[in-house]
Amino acid sequence: MGKKFLFILRRSPQQGARVRETLDMLLTVAAFDQPVMLLFLDDGVYQIKRGQSPESVGLPAVAPTFEALALYDVEAVLVERESLAERGLTESDLVIPAEAIARAEIAALVADQDVVVTG
Amino acid sequence: MERFFSSMKYAIQINSAPVQSQSVHSAQQFIKAALAEGHEIIRVFFYHDGIYNGFAVDAAWPALARQHGLDLVLCVSAAERRGMAAGASAELAEGFRFGGLAQWVDAALKADRTLVFGG
Amino acid sequence: MAALHLISRSPADSRALEQCLARAGEGDAVLLIEDGVYAAAEGSGSGEILRAATGRVMVYVLMPDLEARGLDIGSPCLRAAGANNSPPSPAPALHPVDYRGFVNLTASHRPVVSWF
Repeated sequence: MGKKFLFILRRSPQQGARVRETLDMLLTVAAFDQPVMLLFLDDGVYQIKRGQSPESVGLPAVAPTFEALALYDVEAVLVERESLAERGLTESDLVIPAEAIARAEIAALVADQDVVVTG
Repeated sequence: MERFFSSMKYAIQINSAPVQSQSVHSAQQFIKAALAEGHEIIRVFFYHDGIYNGFAVDAAWPALARQHGLDLVLCVSAAERRGMAAGASAELAEGFRFGGLAQWVDAALKADRTLVFGG
Repeated sequence: MAALHLISRSPADSRALEQCLARAGEGDAVLLIEDGVYAAAEGSGSGEILRAATGRVMVYVLMPDLEARGLDIGSPCLRAAGANNSPPSPAPALHPVDYRGFVNLTASHRPVVSWF
């Protein structure tokens, strides 16, 4: 009955409770011992950019939430290389370690999943 | 590969409030069409702003629940975050109940397909 | 199995269609629903990216949503004129479906990915 789950974050951090709630979903899947991956695409890569101070504009800090991922059994944290490059970022600009994958690899990754949730 | 006329089991996730977009109507039309094709809806899980569906005057969900015995589950933590306390179960529209994210994972695990409506 | 991608946002306020097509795999299906059907409208600017995807992915349009917006599948934008004297580019193939067709697409594809 096992299923493969992929969560894709594509939007910038200023989305209120949404990202936090999407991560709660991911963590619940992990708690059920199901294989789960997280992928940052497009403006979603800003979610894990270093040097943010969201508190200064009244927004919740998201970095601690992502750092907590390490405590759970998340199979892979992935970031699309082109999404980083288009925004002038590299893997060293990220607050958590993420494995870079190429845009051309995304289709095969998605096709291998049972459930995909974008947030 | 499954033939598309074989019976499928669906988990449906609703992310938007009834007046926010067309998504709720889309989901209802999809559910009716799927049931008419002989498919099964395991559960409809209301997340993010989708929880407001459980407090709406719109009779469409209660009617669907009555006719087809749909299991309509509002995420309790998303509701609490929006000030809609779980203690107010009596105020829920007919056919809805509160549940945790485990209810979503459970539905996704039992389903052949998981669909998300409403950005 | 090939994926089904659902696009529900208008190209005027979301790049979901373009960003989806950049990742969709050979043989995947894309279904335009809700405001996503505006990609088929004149002046949406989506004609070119849809044309580029033709042959690689199948693009479907949910007809009740298209018709509710007063649009039809033969919108002239989809045969946007080529430059100056060149003949108009061929229209990208958009395949009409109703809700039953939507259901069948979800049964014959996995996973179903909603892009917002």
